Amino acid sequence: MDIRLVNLTRIFADKNSEVRAVDNLDITIPSGKLIGLLGPSGCGKSTTLYMIAGLLEPSSGQIFFGDEDVTTLSPEKRGIGLVFQNYALYPHMTVKQNIMFPLQNMKLPKAEILQRTVKYAKLVGIEELLNRKPKQLSGGQQQRVAIARALVKEPRVLLLDEPLSNLDARLRLQTREEIKRIQRETGITTVFVTHDQEEAMSISDEIVVMKLGVEQQRGNPQEVYDQPVNQFVAKFLGTPPINIFSGKIQNGDLYVGEEKIGTSTLEDQEVTIGIRPEGFEIDPDAQMTVVVKQVEYIGRDKSIVATNPASEKENFRIIIDANVEVKEGETVKVAVKPNKCFVFDKLTEKRVQ
Amino acid sequence: MVEGKKSINFLKGMLCLLPAIVLLGIFTFYPIVNTFLMSFKEGYNYLITNEKNFESWGFGNYVKLFSEGNNFPKYLINTMVIVFVSVPVSITLSLLIAVALNSIKPLQRFLQTIFFLPYVTNTIAIGMVFSVMFESHQGLMNTLITSLGGSSINWLGGNTQAVLIGEGIFTHPFFNAQWFTSMIVLLAYIVWNSLPFKVLILLSSLQSIDKQYYQAAQIDGTTKARTFMRITVPLLSPQIFYLLITSFIGAFKEYTSVVAIFGDNAQSVGQKNNMATVVWYIYQKTKEQSLSGYPQTSLAAAGAVILFIIIMIFTAINSYVSKKKVHY
Repeated sequence: MDIRLVNLTRIFADKNSEVRAVDNLDITIPSGKLIGLLGPSGCGKSTTLYMIAGLLEPSSGQIFFGDEDVTTLSPEKRGIGLVFQNYALYPHMTVKQNIMFPLQNMKLPKAEILQRTVKYAKLVGIEELLNRKPKQLSGGQQQRVAIARALVKEPRVLLLDEPLSNLDARLRLQTREEIKRIQRETGITTVFVTHDQEEAMSISDEIVVMKLGVEQQRGNPQEVYDQPVNQFVAKFLGTPPINIFSGKIQNGDLYVGEEKIGTSTLEDQEVTIGIRPEGFEIDPDAQMTVVVKQVEYIGRDKSIVATNPASEKENFRIIIDANVEVKEGETVKVAVKPNKCFVFDKLTEKRVQ
Repeated sequence: MVEGKKSINFLKGMLCLLPAIVLLGIFTFYPIVNTFLMSFKEGYNYLITNEKNFESWGFGNYVKLFSEGNNFPKYLINTMVIVFVSVPVSITLSLLIAVALNSIKPLQRFLQTIFFLPYVTNTIAIGMVFSVMFESHQGLMNTLITSLGGSSINWLGGNTQAVLIGEGIFTHPFFNAQWFTSMIVLLAYIVWNSLPFKVLILLSSLQSIDKQYYQAAQIDGTTKARTFMRITVPLLSPQIFYLLITSFIGAFKEYTSVVAIFGDNAQSVGQKNNMATVVWYIYQKTKEQSLSGYPQTSLAAAGAVILFIIIMIFTAINSYVSKKKVHY
């Protein structure tokens, strides 16, 4: 079953001001897919999730589950499972009681309640922890209990609010694979919210990048990364983040500062240029010069902190193969890979090339 | 080095605690020990100041408390009635009031203040208001009841024309119908008087419960009643337990409320001392002299020791139960 958001708007208003937390959002979430809502804090992604859950009422617009309009339906009638950011496991109940709780509300027969509880505990891999209290579990285990509790009533939609933000780095990696596996196995339409682009890109079938309540771009993660529609999306995706330079187009050539890095079919104008850290190559014949300030070895790659007068920030980062010889303090010439280099309009920040 | 430092820290700590220890020793520990000793002294007379001021050691005072003609067992029953009715009723009521207060947005602050007002009002003053409200001729309650078509109730006695509730059921010469109606008034007063503090405690802990538990419960389609029983009450259980212990102890020591409504003699018209509690008895015995002119302090001491032991037992039971039922 797919989810359709039609002109979804939510306005938070008080006496002096109003905030359009979500502004005319139009998204279709395909059935059985895992979708990540991605954006910096305050971009309206959680608000959107809570509106899908029914915990917040939209100011205008509609929400459809399949063909059914659920906009005015109360949360318990929507058939959703929600995993809260801090899991909201009932602290006084054991894991088993927590997972059973939604089923008891549905007044199912006892045998079925037990059977389903065990089934979903197994699915998320916590069947040995059923008699523990949430306090006796690690963050990752609590997370799984929360997912089991959300799934056990076999909802039509699974919603996850910042599912990985409370976990440490190693657990995060493991859990995101786990979430993807669980989603695949159950085939449930899943929406999750995150501010962490890496997390979103690694597990989503599709991501929606949001800024200040407005959808910026939607697509499969690689496509959004390779073809950002504007400077915001380009900056938001990728670690280390994209490097921004001021540049210009003159007579069909593209310049960073006064140094030519490529060609362009656009007319002469001042532009902003974004180059991904992995978009540089050391090339003595190239024109762009950079001063190497610092070299960091990060195993497979080498990360270089470099300067160039046209750079927006004082320093920027280049990632190259670890075999390439570069010394600190050295001035080198670099070429720019055209597919890693984006040209943005200086005023509208829209991508023009 | 470290050892020396430790002992210096110990000395420092002791020095800071010293004033409290001295004061507690004089005003708490010494009296407790002395009360115990006194309760076992038969024929004790503190007015005699020479070496031997009692006849013998023994359980004589305890025997006297429970012997024929002594009203102490009746006062003990009065106290038990107060404990086992007023505590559960007031905790349940305050829980409901706190949840109701917590669920309304407009006027919450205002109502919160109103509910807290009785706490800062003088107990005796409220007691007098209650005795006027339940006055058996023209009190507010009877005026209300008669204007609704009922007949006056002889709450506190003194109105032979009025009805006594429980007539025919309460036929014991001491625990009679007059005792029953008076007890209703006393319990209503005690519950009323203890509500504000409980509401305050419960409300503040209700407000600190994470809203997400309720959102989670809502998504799972939990009914209001089930949310209350399965989520709110367990999450409040540490506070409920705290209130349970303190109000149990408070109710065992009930005294002021009796005096406030029924006066020094703790009587509703018709029977002497029929509303008296254990503490009332203890206080009386510290002042009274026996027929032969002896002070009765050792009887008071024996009463106090019995009350002390009962409270200990109940607190122990409470904390045993709480280990199983309270979720910290």
